[in-house]
Amino acid sequence: MIRPLRPLTTFTSPPGAAAPPTGVKIAVTGLDFFYSQKQALSAITTDLQANIVTAFIGPSGCGKSTFLRTLNRMNDIIPGARVEGQILIDGHDIYHPGTDVVDLRRRVGMVFQKSNPFPKSIFENVAYGLRVNGITRNRGELEGRVEDSLKAAAIWDEVKDRLSESALMLSGGQQQRLCIARALAIQPEILLMDEPASALDPIATQRIEELIYQLKTTYTIVIVTHNMQQAARVSDRTAFFWLGRLVESGPTEQIFTSPTEKLTEDYVTGRFG
Amino acid sequence: MTAGARRLAGDRLLQTLSILVLALSLVALMTLLYDVWSDGWQRLDWRFLTSNPSRRAAAAGIYPALVGSFYVLLVTAALSLPLGIGAAVYLEEYGGGGRWARLIEINIANLAGVPSIIYGLLGLSVFVRVFGWGPSVLAGGATLALLALPVVILSTREALRTVPMSAREGSYALGATQWQTIWHQVLPSAFPGILTGLILAMSRAIGETAPLITIGALAYIDFTPTSVMSPFTVLPIQVYNWVSRPQAAFAENAAAGIIVLLVLLLTLNSVAVVLRDRIQKARA
Ligand SMILES: Nc1ncnc2c1ncn2[C@@H]1O[C@H](COP(=O)(O)OP(=O)(O)OP(=O)(O)O)[C@@H](O)[C@H]1O
Ligand SMILES: [Mg+2]
Repeated sequence: MIRPLRPLTTFTSPPGAAAPPTGVKIAVTGLDFFYSQKQALSAITTDLQANIVTAFIGPSGCGKSTFLRTLNRMNDIIPGARVEGQILIDGHDIYHPGTDVVDLRRRVGMVFQKSNPFPKSIFENVAYGLRVNGITRNRGELEGRVEDSLKAAAIWDEVKDRLSESALMLSGGQQQRLCIARALAIQPEILLMDEPASALDPIATQRIEELIYQLKTTYTIVIVTHNMQQAARVSDRTAFFWLGRLVESGPTEQIFTSPTEKLTEDYVTGRFG
Repeated sequence: MTAGARRLAGDRLLQTLSILVLALSLVALMTLLYDVWSDGWQRLDWRFLTSNPSRRAAAAGIYPALVGSFYVLLVTAALSLPLGIGAAVYLEEYGGGGRWARLIEINIANLAGVPSIIYGLLGLSVFVRVFGWGPSVLAGGATLALLALPVVILSTREALRTVPMSAREGSYALGATQWQTIWHQVLPSAFPGILTGLILAMSRAIGETAPLITIGALAYIDFTPTSVMSPFTVLPIQVYNWVSRPQAAFAENAAAGIIVLLVLLLTLNSVAVVLRDRIQKARA
């Protein structure tokens, strides 16, 4: 099955999808999440807007990654994990039994907290998504897409002469950007990034932030970060999590300057966490 | 004595004991090797390797047994590798703790402990008689494959379990199906472990005598198998045959045969080690 190529800068919602209600890409209602017995998320209700960057902030262990991973059903593969509540993407319930999880994950890309390049060449890492989805088999097209993705992730110049080397030879920060390139290659609609800059130096971090800024015209982006400045710089909206609850969410400006909750204020001003 | 000193003394005692045990087993092994070597080395030459067995000890060789062992192992590997990997992948990746999977698991664990002659009886009644393959290379290889399967399955499952979750997640997150993830990520990563398991199973199979005698492998054969349906003999049977002769000259032949078997075993195991290291380095 060959899918038509979508240029990196045009956005199309999938055929047959209900028109997203007023810019809401992801609508979460009453979401509870359990790792076997342990409840990790309680009663999360929020809307994530299309084509903007939403930042998730909160102390370590509060459930940011867990929530992110419910959005592409990555938690499905954890034994004993259980989800209650509802998540709609473009109006479709992604936990509906008829949902095609493989297709969901193709549309909802993810960059993991710990970078996890495959033990393959740099080229094959980026080409992997294109191959498994049968997006293109044409060698020239494949190479073009790999190059575009590596450029978009600000790593092309460092790896262009060693595409056939093992990805595991790259530095931590390069691996992180390779994983971003890998996710971009299949052009998802939504990009979930779990601390994408945690292993990067200031220059690479800046590149990634610029990248996020460019990408948001095309993608709906959710980014988890522990860096308050970064959240303030890159995101349009911010959601603050605490002990598995969504305490507050709103425009980034407001969350950082005049939050309604005392807890949020204490956190963003660095009084705890 | 203080608690610290006592712990140190205990440590030392344990260390001495383990060195002693190690030395003891090494001495036993060395004695055995020396014994075999001193009996058999004069018989070892090219003619011994390339001649057919004979009634005259001095002219006898192990060529048909060598070729027989090789063919039988080939059949064993060809059967047990795909079946073993398939079963392990099902149990580890798909079966996921269901009632059936549990039942199969228990059975496999038990099978690994069944005496090999039982496999011989199974091979005799199923492969030789019901399938009508006769006492052929195919029947022998299939019988040994039964024996090798539990080992291959268990070591493959072990290898599959060592593949980190993050590799699978990375694949799923790019829209790969479960099968694509297994095929492109999990199996390649697990391959060195699977290979090691297979070779270990093969080195057990190469020394098996009882099940092959049970299915009717011949003790005396002066031709090499030409197809999978040919009758055959294998190294340990040939050795067994020579050992049971009263003449001292045949005992020398047996010792020489054992040396050949040991060399094969060592080669097989070193190939496993080298291959595994190569693959690990290439992937690192
Ligand atoms: N696979 C798992 N099994 C059981 N519990 C888990 C698992 N993964 C996470 N948890 C628990 O769920 C809670 C939320 O974890 P999560 O990884 O979502 O936190 P986080 O906000 O992303 O933290 P960090 O900022 O440190 O990445 C934690 O208490 C954690 O211990
Ligand atoms: Mg996290």
